[in-house]
Amino acid sequence: MVRFEAVGLRYPGGGPQRGDWGPEALSDITFALPRGSFTWLLGASGAGKSSVLKLMHLALRPSRGEVEVLGLRLARAPRSALPAVRRRIGVVFQDFRLLPYLSVFDNIALPLRLAGRPEASLRADVTEMLRWVGLESKAPAAPQELSGGEQQRIAIARAVIARPDLLLADEPTGNLDSRQARRLLALLREMNRLGTTVVVASHDEELVARFPAPSLFLHEGRLHDPDNARALHAAGDAFGEPGEGDDALGPA
Amino acid sequence: MRLARRRRYSRDPLGLRRALSGPLLPGLVAAMALLAALAVAGAQGAAALAERWQRGAGAAVTVQLPDADAAATERAVTALRGMEEVAEAQAMDAARLADLLRPWLGGTAGLPLPAVIEIRLRDPRADPVLVGDRLAATVPGAVVEAHGLWVGRLAALARSLQALSWVVLGLVAAVAAAVVAVATRAGLAARRDAVEVLHGLGARDGEIAGRFARRLGLMAAGGALLGTAAAVPALVLLADLAAPWTGAAAGGWASLPWPALAAVPPFAYLVGWATAQATVRRWLRQLP
Repeated sequence: MVRFEAVGLRYPGGGPQRGDWGPEALSDITFALPRGSFTWLLGASGAGKSSVLKLMHLALRPSRGEVEVLGLRLARAPRSALPAVRRRIGVVFQDFRLLPYLSVFDNIALPLRLAGRPEASLRADVTEMLRWVGLESKAPAAPQELSGGEQQRIAIARAVIARPDLLLADEPTGNLDSRQARRLLALLREMNRLGTTVVVASHDEELVARFPAPSLFLHEGRLHDPDNARALHAAGDAFGEPGEGDDALGPA
Repeated sequence: MRLARRRRYSRDPLGLRRALSGPLLPGLVAAMALLAALAVAGAQGAAALAERWQRGAGAAVTVQLPDADAAATERAVTALRGMEEVAEAQAMDAARLADLLRPWLGGTAGLPLPAVIEIRLRDPRADPVLVGDRLAATVPGAVVEAHGLWVGRLAALARSLQALSWVVLGLVAAVAAAVVAVATRAGLAARRDAVEVLHGLGARDGEIAGRFARRLGLMAAGGALLGTAAAVPALVLLADLAAPWTGAAAGGWASLPWPALAAVPPFAYLVGWATAQATVRRWLRQLP
């Protein structure tokens, strides 16, 4: 489903010369996530969680090693092969990335329209999804008229409307109070129960403790305990270093 | 109302109607379409002039000998044939000349007609006046009339004007493409986030580029329609002025190059569409 093999990643722009590459943001990352799994991606800010997620949703290519997502080998795949795989991946961004000039309804409908679904059959699906996240009355509103939590739920609805095989979430609870965060996690777990492979990046210790699941722990661009990661231990085991976490832990 | 808005938005997920709007691009394209329409009409008009003049320029140079008898005419023909810049010299038959002149002079009996010799120069750029001067030494009173030569030169000028019109047309198209490219980049900058979101959701380059291309093509075509329409009154006026020269029976509306003018807006759409496609696709290459 998702497999990383000795993955290294550098960002461009590391030196004064154009074309220079920065230091490795990720090095020697190796793990495999089975189909239908739920995995926490843990680590402090800057540990490389977002980079791992970007590789998983094909927003970056690895500088070395091999990333395999939904059967696509990312290192050498032709560029034209990526869009089809991207459509099978749902992503919830920390900053939502909703389109401000589209209504809530149109934002959620976007993946279906990109997939070429006819308008008539799409309406029922979007309405059903709005009901699922409890925002059916907000369909004609603009995203910026909604609260942060509501926007977060719209972002989730957009990520899952096309029934993706892989669902990724980057700090999805960062802007939510603890009650909303738990509700969000319940939505993600439900997607997982329905068969979607889910990866959630977070530094919210309390939340991780509440929903124990296998976890990958990143530290300075490396998997903290590669053996544990490959074996996919329970969250509590991998999240063992007290002084390591962020200063922004816990509910906002 | 809400339904209409929603339907519109579903066709415009990048919000390009707002990002790519305003009168600047259509206005610039309109100005260039006006130039293009003038160039097209100019090319067409110059072609008509060149063609008409060329047809009338069969004879190159004529030599007239006032009060000449047959012997003097014969002498002049021999002298002309002896000159190295003259390719051919042929005395015009007196009866044929009388025929040619009858519409103007009526019966020519009793009128002293000049003898006329048609000559053809080896090099059309040679000065026929020199030939006439040398001939006058042999046959006094000989006069050279270089009407055909002037027509040839005017036709050459008309052909150059025609070529120039095509160059102007090409230049206008190139500037229009540059303007569209700048507008496309501005649109990409304004909608960068949206383009990246759509790309991340799995939109293909062609889908994103196609939306920009359709929008910019339509804006360019709209501007071109305005510009071409604005050029029509000026062209009608010019056509009226040129009518006596081109021999067109009906000046004005009927003589305008309508098919060429009608082609300007579709051509502008094509330029806008192709430029936007290329610009957006190249920009998208920076995303993985």
